Amino acid sequence: MAEMTRRRGRVGYLLIIPAIAWLVVFFVVPFYSLLATSLYDPAGSDFRGYEMTYHLSNYWDAISEFKGPLGRSLLYGAIATLLCLVLGYVLAYAIAFKAGRWKNLMLVLVIAPFFTSFLLRTLSWKLILADDGPVVSVLQFVHLLGDDGRLLATPVAVVAGLTYNFLPFMVLPLFASLDKIDHRLVEASSDLYGNPVVSFFKVTWPLSLPGVVSGTLLTFIPAVGDYINQGLLGSPNQRMIGSVIQSQFVDANNYPSAAALSMILMVLIVVMVLVYVRRAGTEELL
Amino acid sequence: MRWIREHLVLLLGLLVLLYTFVPIFVVVLMSFNDPDSRNVYRFDGFTLDNWTNFCGAEGMCSSLVRSIEIGLLSTLVATILGTLMAFALVRHDFAGRSATNLLIFLPMAAPEIVLGSSLLALFVASGFAGQLGFWTILIAHIMFCLSFVVVTVRARLAGMNDTLEQAAMDLYATPAQTFWRVTFPLVFPGILGAALLSFSLSFDDFIVTNLNAGTTTTFPMYVWGANQRGVPMQVNAVGTLMFIVSVAIVVVGELNNRRRRAALT
Repeated sequence: MAEMTRRRGRVGYLLIIPAIAWLVVFFVVPFYSLLATSLYDPAGSDFRGYEMTYHLSNYWDAISEFKGPLGRSLLYGAIATLLCLVLGYVLAYAIAFKAGRWKNLMLVLVIAPFFTSFLLRTLSWKLILADDGPVVSVLQFVHLLGDDGRLLATPVAVVAGLTYNFLPFMVLPLFASLDKIDHRLVEASSDLYGNPVVSFFKVTWPLSLPGVVSGTLLTFIPAVGDYINQGLLGSPNQRMIGSVIQSQFVDANNYPSAAALSMILMVLIVVMVLVYVRRAGTEELL
Repeated sequence: MRWIREHLVLLLGLLVLLYTFVPIFVVVLMSFNDPDSRNVYRFDGFTLDNWTNFCGAEGMCSSLVRSIEIGLLSTLVATILGTLMAFALVRHDFAGRSATNLLIFLPMAAPEIVLGSSLLALFVASGFAGQLGFWTILIAHIMFCLSFVVVTVRARLAGMNDTLEQAAMDLYATPAQTFWRVTFPLVFPGILGAALLSFSLSFDDFIVTNLNAGTTTTFPMYVWGANQRGVPMQVNAVGTLMFIVSVAIVVVGELNNRRRRAALT
């Protein structure tokens, strides 16, 4: 396809200015407000107003008070992402290589669960994992779970919910990567006496790495910030950082602390993403 | 046995797919549930009440209407602004292209809780803490839908070559005619897809909304609140209805595509 000629002149600017303005005012400026709020004097309140005192200790206070939820969120997010990678890889591989003429139908089915509400799907797991529900009964029958053992209100339920809800974010980028792989490379590997396992780890897996990296990021980032799964399936013992930020802002009206936590979460995620992407050697993705 | 070994990966894949559908079956099933008590979430008996007495759950229908209003309005604004921007990015040259790309990418990559809390920090700092509600939710939804619209429409535009438009110009069509008769119909499926995506993002959003809603209640917020008081089964009728409407839209779209392809060959 011929490279399209790009027109110069004022029209281009006129077309982007409204959207840019919206994003600057309601995305960039708020980020500055968040940073500023996180440095306010915590002694202020809604009525008296806040004073800017560059109170860096807000950050230490927030970390020491909420290191539990913070670490837990990163841990739950990481486990859920790993589980999604395993399940998602199987599904994406099946669609890309084995589905034949059903490929498009299966892709639609991957996103079909999105067609109903996130909260209602999560609520359904409350029924599936209930104390007298099917999963607990089976686990008790095979003695993986004691007679009074339960799944709801445990980390297992929260991680299961996170895994379920963010799986499509893993499958789609994985599929996009796998679908681009030239089948002749895999055939060449088996012609050269590579058994299927060797062929997979030496050919298919390395070629699918861009999909693995973007899939894990698309899963990990929302999973860490999520508190719906914890709220509906877990208990306060599994409290995640999103829930703390929400209640510090809205219920406790403790804006500086909530803003500091939000900044910490953002910085942690950015650092982890950068380190991860560098190690995976796929910088060109960013 | 051999058949199983040959199709093992496909079978496992189908199993994973089936797993993603289990909660959908539960939602449909529960829409016919006749619960013994509001506090236990399990299937107790069959009834059509949740469908015939759809708005019987107090406050549910008004939250649903509010979600639809916000969804439609934010979709309208985000689709218009995002489509204009996509055209500019693909068809026009301007300074600051990479900064613009970053500005589009970041809202999609940031966790929702960070997006929502920064907006709330802005509203509070500019003295709107008391006016949180419909309009602040709308502003937030337009913001996070915008990027998705730009990306979707841009993909459609970039995959299109301009030979048809050049042909139209060669045949003395004015620029306006070329745009409305040739360019726009070709891009339209992308715009429609972007609008549908926007609506579902807005309709389903909870985390950003919950921070910026004040006392206004959207449908997801209603479900969240109901979880603490006991969930009325009508919410599952809403979920089922959403699913049916979405499937219908996909099927109609696919049939349309096939018809168009058949007409071209």
